[in-house]
Amino acid sequence: MSDPSYRLLNAGERALVVEFGATVDPAINGQVLALDAAFVAADVAGVRETVPTYRSLMIHYDPLVISRENLVARIAAFEAAHPQAPAPRARWTFPCCYDPAIAEDIAELAALVKLDVAQVAEIHASGAYRAYMYGFAPGYCYLGGLPRELAVSRRATVRGPTPENAVLVGGGLSLVATFSMPTGWYVAGRTPERMFAPHRARPFLVDVGDELRFEPIDAQTFAALDSRAKSGETVARREALA
Amino acid sequence: MSAVLRVVHAGPGVTLQDSGRWGYLRYGVTQAGPMDVLAHEFANRMAGNAPGAAAIEVSVGGLDVVVEETALEIAVVAPGFRVSGAGAGLPSSCLVTLAPGEKLSLRAGESGAWAYLAPAGRIEAEPELGSLSMHVRTGVGGVGLKAGDRLAIAEPRGEIAAPRALADFRAATDAPIRIVAGPQDDYFDAAVFERFLTGPWRVAARSDRMAYALEGPRLDHAQGFNIVSDGIVFGAIQIPGDGWPFVQMADRAPTGGYPKIATVIAADLGRLAQMRPGASLRFAAVTVEEAVDAWRQARAAMEAAGIAPGLGGLSSEALLARNLVGGVVSAHGWPD
Repeated sequence: MSDPSYRLLNAGERALVVEFGATVDPAINGQVLALDAAFVAADVAGVRETVPTYRSLMIHYDPLVISRENLVARIAAFEAAHPQAPAPRARWTFPCCYDPAIAEDIAELAALVKLDVAQVAEIHASGAYRAYMYGFAPGYCYLGGLPRELAVSRRATVRGPTPENAVLVGGGLSLVATFSMPTGWYVAGRTPERMFAPHRARPFLVDVGDELRFEPIDAQTFAALDSRAKSGETVARREALA
Repeated sequence: MSAVLRVVHAGPGVTLQDSGRWGYLRYGVTQAGPMDVLAHEFANRMAGNAPGAAAIEVSVGGLDVVVEETALEIAVVAPGFRVSGAGAGLPSSCLVTLAPGEKLSLRAGESGAWAYLAPAGRIEAEPELGSLSMHVRTGVGGVGLKAGDRLAIAEPRGEIAAPRALADFRAATDAPIRIVAGPQDDYFDAAVFERFLTGPWRVAARSDRMAYALEGPRLDHAQGFNIVSDGIVFGAIQIPGDGWPFVQMADRAPTGGYPKIATVIAADLGRLAQMRPGASLRFAAVTVEEAVDAWRQARAAMEAAGIAPGLGGLSSEALLARNLVGGVVSAHGWPD
């Protein structure tokens, strides 16, 4: 008896992927977050950790405590109850600098999509984004809602370390990064905000499901906001949603 | 009273690792944890510590530590490494008690990439996000041990006794590394999957705690190389656009957007982790059930291992004499 709404994929013998779709879609992500919430609430013995992503939930389990078969049965039982996804809690406005001196790859990206740098900046800042997941490195916040004009493939080979707090584009998606790390994406901009600050009251700023927008700033404003953010101030604006 | 381990020399990549930083994958924070989970657990077990306690993971860069304040027993699990204590050669896996002022040294030997040193007692340090594991790339938990660091060891145990060699917790084999297919094996056609299994693969120089790069036949994707980012486990074999596999290791990113053709099973991950650049390997596919059985057996073998039979009473004088005859003693040459 298989439920047509999800696929089960083995990530070895200690993790199972529940895949609800192959696209970036708020409804699919909602199903992921709903199943995640069900597992978190039930605290199933042998389930070590769940990881919600755009379109799938990765369940890390100890097969010596819960068998794959029993885990699959738990998933089916949760899904049969049609769990509801939590509603978005906030709308964020992130300052973002698209100056090519700071946005290292914006010219390369513009050439790929056959636009000029100013157009790429304007289009990127016009998007209404949703925080779909964290991943890759602490505080890397993956977004959906990138305008189609900027949909480029990821790089075939990773580039060297990006600047900190880079706003990246790749594979039809955008993300707000934190650390200086190598990536297969393009640096389209930089925000002065810190998505991850380990000693802040909220180490991870945004909740998955929140809405996000970018506000273009020039290099001078970037430098000023960056030093304020460095001293612990939150420079992105948060608006609570009812 | 606490004992202290003072670091005199630490090569790059020498870190503290407990069982890992669980619970934060959903924020992009990887678990880190030991590269060779069973070796780490064996060291803790032999030291009388809890299974997931923090221990020192030593890279091929080597380590020298001096015991201070009070005597301390240390479990060393370092197959292939050269180990010496208080100037005398030791078996590469052993229990040794050092008096204050005495030095323990680990250096890379003929084989082995990661060694573990578990002091009998509790390493006192401030956890970050619930764990002492150091993730060097992001600095979460710390960026590694360096000369001058002092680790306080609470409730130290260390009755002076002759060093005791430890048995092998894992049988030596050059059998293929076993994998479970997926989660994105459908991104590759059958012939490419077969080429993936046969290889042969060579561990590339650019391999570290984050990933082991493999060199061998190019693996072409049947449906492109962009997937919508999803979760990555320790052992996931990612195939980026250029067709060369990267086995994702302890410090991997917790999610990624390249297809993952297969996943190395838990039972063989430590064996893979201990391969150095230049080592060659092949893969063999198994089912989830076979993988779970293999993990159960690997754990049972580790739990059954202990002091090496017949070596328990060997004196440090005998070890020293051995050392004078045959150079520094390594586990692979010991005791024949």
